[in-house]
Amino acid sequence: MIAIAVLRRLLVAAATLIGVAIVVFALLRVVPGDPVSMMISPGASPADIAALRAHYGLDGSLLSQFVVWVRYALRGDFGVSISLKRDVLALVGERLPATLELATAALAFAVIVGGAVAILGAMARRTWAEPVIDTVTGLLLAVPDFVWALALVLAFGVVWPLLPLTGRIDPSVASGMTTPFYLVESLLRLRFDVFFDLLRHLAMPTLALGLPLAAVIARVLKGALNEAMAQDYVLLARLKGMSELRLVLQEALRNAIGPTLALTGVQFTFLIGGTVIVERIFAYPGIGNMAIEAVINRDLPLIQGLVLAFAVIFILINIAVDLMVALFNPKLAHA
Amino acid sequence: MMEASASSFVAPGGPALRARRLAALLAEPKVTLGGGFILALILVALFAPWIAPKNPLDQELMLASVPPVGFTGAEPGYLLGADDLGRDVLSRLIYGSRIALIVAFVAASLAAFIGTALGLIAGWYRGWADGLISRLVDIWMAFPPVLLSILLVAVLGAGVGSVIAAIAIIDWTRFCRVVRAETMAQAEADYVVAARAIGFPPIHILMREILPNVVPALLALVSLEMGIAVIVEAILSFVGLSVASDTPTWGGMIAEGRQFIHQTWWLFAAPLVALFATVLAFNQLGDGLRRALDPVLRR
Repeated sequence: MIAIAVLRRLLVAAATLIGVAIVVFALLRVVPGDPVSMMISPGASPADIAALRAHYGLDGSLLSQFVVWVRYALRGDFGVSISLKRDVLALVGERLPATLELATAALAFAVIVGGAVAILGAMARRTWAEPVIDTVTGLLLAVPDFVWALALVLAFGVVWPLLPLTGRIDPSVASGMTTPFYLVESLLRLRFDVFFDLLRHLAMPTLALGLPLAAVIARVLKGALNEAMAQDYVLLARLKGMSELRLVLQEALRNAIGPTLALTGVQFTFLIGGTVIVERIFAYPGIGNMAIEAVINRDLPLIQGLVLAFAVIFILINIAVDLMVALFNPKLAHA
Repeated sequence: MMEASASSFVAPGGPALRARRLAALLAEPKVTLGGGFILALILVALFAPWIAPKNPLDQELMLASVPPVGFTGAEPGYLLGADDLGRDVLSRLIYGSRIALIVAFVAASLAAFIGTALGLIAGWYRGWADGLISRLVDIWMAFPPVLLSILLVAVLGAGVGSVIAAIAIIDWTRFCRVVRAETMAQAEADYVVAARAIGFPPIHILMREILPNVVPALLALVSLEMGIAVIVEAILSFVGLSVASDTPTWGGMIAEGRQFIHQTWWLFAAPLVALFATVLAFNQLGDGLRRALDPVLRR
């Protein structure tokens, strides 16, 4: 049964991806300007232009152009970036790790801080601390990552200049890295100087992306915990003399985690979408920043590749969340 | 962002119900505070030429980069200081509210209109219409919204019209999902079953029976969407894709201020505070509307 459900999910994912490809393709054909004339160097002969046009199938109808594009894409050939004159897949591959490290750091921050605040809030229910927690999470939720990123720039870049305003790593320490996963590599190679430099650069973008998600987790998990704490089995455990902290952690948390997990997954895709503008603000060299650059330069092949990369990430997260929710909910797994 | 779900509205009522709802609205501090701020901002935008102390485009190069009143070197008459071209920051903020509010109201209404229409169709007819619309929503949700809006504006060309179109094209899904679910729930309700039994045509049932019961949930969403629209406009101005650079916008001012942030921080801080307060107000208004109009939440 579960195999069929997974298969169905994968089919829907594939259909969605094809839909995204069609939409991007259609959008970019509307853009004024000939992609080939932007791709070639000024001295190219008409024969060269015709050859390039034929190579990317741009001489045929719109439908045949799409078929050619899909055929190349399936082979991993997403064309050559117009502005950077390099293979699109290689470019995306170089920049993707930076975005993945940033998104993972923000998610980890949100889960730890949001989870801790929810547990504290559940223990402090009906005390003075509860309205304070609710107000702060409400404020964090009301304003999005873009504004928090700018507020952090003002706070920790100017008023109290503690953190670097832009970039991912200090160029003077970056030279030793051999993989694009700087954070993981520096930790594995015990290069703590590099690791802390990375963390200093990551701090503001991570906070900007992670704070709203932390507030979502805190609010939803706290609500679920409070609901669980009112149940009979918790009352029974309390009568047995279990401490408040153990009640929350051992009894309530187990039942409250399912709904929180599902919502966190959805919100995580919003967080990934937020990396686009947050990376731009902090000049962080990930795929989001690259995407804005590509749009400004009208670099069609690169835009196409980057939008697809984002869509693949979104769809993978959604599948992963569905599977995790099923794992945490035995009722759903058997259904 | 959490979706509103007012699931159990009873049949539409007369003036008594309307009066009760209005009283519930005014009793909600989030509605009065958030709504009051927005109302004040609308007045500021409408009467900008009379309120603004200076012409927002006038350059006084002798007064370039003077700080706000209260800091050393401040110039009387320039309450929030002047930018690097000697233009009055307060006047530019006041005029910037015009673009922000136009985009907020028009884009949110358009998105709500498209999403509601498609949501009603999907929720009422189900079957292949629902399948098609829901797949479309799935595809839309697989795009990063900020990237899609930048892409759309690049395709459509910079300008307020493009910004509004981009927001409507992207965010109709928020309305569609809620209205679809609400319509499905309402379609099972007794009053709809009765209306069907009488033989009302579907268009009558949708517009006269179901839509009025979806409106409370919609109102809250529209307010939240206005806050989102203000942000998206600011993001697009920040990236340099919104309106022409001689029209003051908050996002454009933030981007300009970002360049000289270490020397003239107030050029960055002032529009950021305006943006923050406006988004917070729309959000609180939406949250308050949801609480006040949803009988399930109000209990």
